[in-house]
Parts: sequence; structure tokens; C-alpha cells
Amino acid sequence: MKNLNLAAIASLLVLAVSPIMYSLNANAADKETINSVATLRDATPIDVQKEPNRIPQVVNKDIKKARNYPMQPPVIPHTIRSYEVNKNNNKCMSCHSRHRTEKTQAPMVSVTHYMDRDGNFLAEMSPRRYFCNQCHVTQLDAEPLVENTFTDMRSLMKAKAKSKEH
Amino acid sequence: MKNILIIGWKTLSKPSGYYSLGALVIGGFIAGIIFWGGFNTALEVTNTEEFCISCHEMENNVYEEMKTTIHFSNRSGVRATCPDCHVPHAWTDKIARKMQASKEVWGMLFGTIDTREKFLAHRRGLAENEWRRLKANDSLECRNCHNFDYMDFTEQSERASYQHSTALADGEKTCIDCHKGIAHQLPDMKGVEGW
Repeated sequence: MKNLNLAAIASLLVLAVSPIMYSLNANAADKETINSVATLRDATPIDVQKEPNRIPQVVNKDIKKARNYPMQPPVIPHTIRSYEVNKNNNKCMSCHSRHRTEKTQAPMVSVTHYMDRDGNFLAEMSPRRYFCNQCHVTQLDAEPLVENTFTDMRSLMKAKAKSKEH
Repeated sequence: MKNILIIGWKTLSKPSGYYSLGALVIGGFIAGIIFWGGFNTALEVTNTEEFCISCHEMENNVYEEMKTTIHFSNRSGVRATCPDCHVPHAWTDKIARKMQASKEVWGMLFGTIDTREKFLAHRRGLAENEWRRLKANDSLECRNCHNFDYMDFTEQSERASYQHSTALADGEKTCIDCHKGIAHQLPDMKGVEGW
């Protein structure tokens, strides 16, 4: 009888411990997959304060970057430090609005910025397109943390055409 | 009262029968140094940032806004304080500006801009005062540090070097024409040229 009791206790113990063991194993597995993806912390253990990364500079070359797909909002090729875009002003538009482009030689914002959502053209920029940084952003001289495998439509079509030729 | 004034005038208008000419000249000279030194020291005290932001109108509005800009914090650690941009450096112009500032004392006493809302309501007018002053003196306070003759266009971005070598070099534009709101936030810019 005593032996049986002991056996029961032992089996209960095993039952109680096994989920913990399992979760420990699972954690280890998670850790591996998490650490295989580059993060800003660079696999630094959780209890260690990482030396902060260098803050990258904003690219300020004024050279237009290609768009990755036709609908991509163009990126900003210059710094925009202290450019105010608020209720009172829109600093971006002091170069990129229609009536300023001759003076500044900056590209004009596309006509869609003057359209409301029903497709009517307005004299001034449409309120829904007013806040430039919602879509347009500056670029940093930083290496991407994760490799990007995006292929645009044109390259896909080109590759297909080539394979048909052969 | 009238008697005191008459006695004072009589004393001043009569030649001294008491003190030697030397004592008067040397005494006058020393008193002059003390008065002039005192005046100048007081003037310089009013020309410091601590003095400017001793009023909450300045500390809580314009000074706070300036803290995020390049004239406060930047790579080389050279920074501009309030009087560097807002008070002329040449003596006569400085005194003229200080006399104008008596109106600001009035504003301080009567609380013209003693809340954020009042300040924002006055912002366009206040900004226009500064734009007008800088336009009239060809952005002198900017040029006290940013000397055109020593600008290296090759170090500037393409856009900057183009604008500086054309419009600025011709004298067609002055600094403030383009660089409005570089140290403080802007008012509503409706109707301002270039906006």
C-alpha cells in the first residue's frame, strides 16, 4: 500500500513538472528563433543594458530615389529638421506647392493632393493630404536590419519574358 | 520745495569757492568712471539670457520652443542666446533697441501676453516686428555669426549652395526672407511672401 502511494506521488510529481519542462524547452526554441532575427538589441541578453546604436544621419543629397512601385509616395531626399507642418503652416508647401515650384525648382505635389475624396479639384491642398509626413519620409544612412526580398512587377515581367525567350 | 530748487541751482551756477580745481576734475573723473561703469554693467545684465527668461512670458513660450532648434543644441556646441539675435551689438543701435524695450516692460507689467493663449494671439504681430527689423538691417544679427564672405558653398547641400550663391549673393534676398521661424515656432503665415 505504501509503495503504491509513493508511486502515485511520484507520478503526480512527474505530471506537475512535465509542463514546466516542456515550457522551458519551448522557451529555448523561441529564443533561438527570436535571436535569429536581427533586432536593434542584437541578441543582447534581456538582463543586460545594450550599448545604444549610433543614430543614423538623414540623407541630404537632394537626389531623387526610384519608387519601388508606381503608387509609392516618393521619399524625401533632404533633411526636414524643424519644418513645421501644423494648423498654421506647412513648410513643405513653401517649395512644393504649385505656385512656388517655379521659384524653387522643387517637384510639385501631384494633382491628387488637390483632390477631395469625391474627386473634386480644390484650389488649395486637400485637408486629407495636408500632413506630408503621413506618407512621405526621409531616409537614413542605415543598413536594413532585415533583408528585403521585395521584387517589383517590372522585374518580374522582365524575368518572365526572358524565360519565355529561352 | 521751490526754495530747495533755487538753492540747488545757485550752488550749481556759482563757481566753486571751496574745492580746488584739481579735486573737482579728479573727483569728476572718478565719479564718471563709476557712473559709466555702473550704467554699462546694468546694461550688460539686461543683455543676458537669464535676464530675458526671468519673465515667464519668455521662459515658457519662446525659450521652450528654442530648445529643440539648432540654435540651442547642435554638433559643435556653439549656441545663440536671446540677445545674440534680438539685440543689435553696436552701441547706438543697442541703446535704441533698449529704449524700444520699455514698451516690453509695459507689456510685462500689464500682462499683455501673460498666458499662452494671449501669447499665441499676439504671435503674428510680435513675429512681424522681428522680421521687419531684420529685413531693415539686412539680417545684421544673423550676420554677426554667419558671415557671408566665409561661407563655403561646397560644404552646403546643393539647394542651399544654389540659393546662397544666387539670391543671397545678389542682395536680392536677406537671411530672414527664407529663414523665418528657425529658432521659434511660426504664427499663422497666411499672406506672408514665400508661404
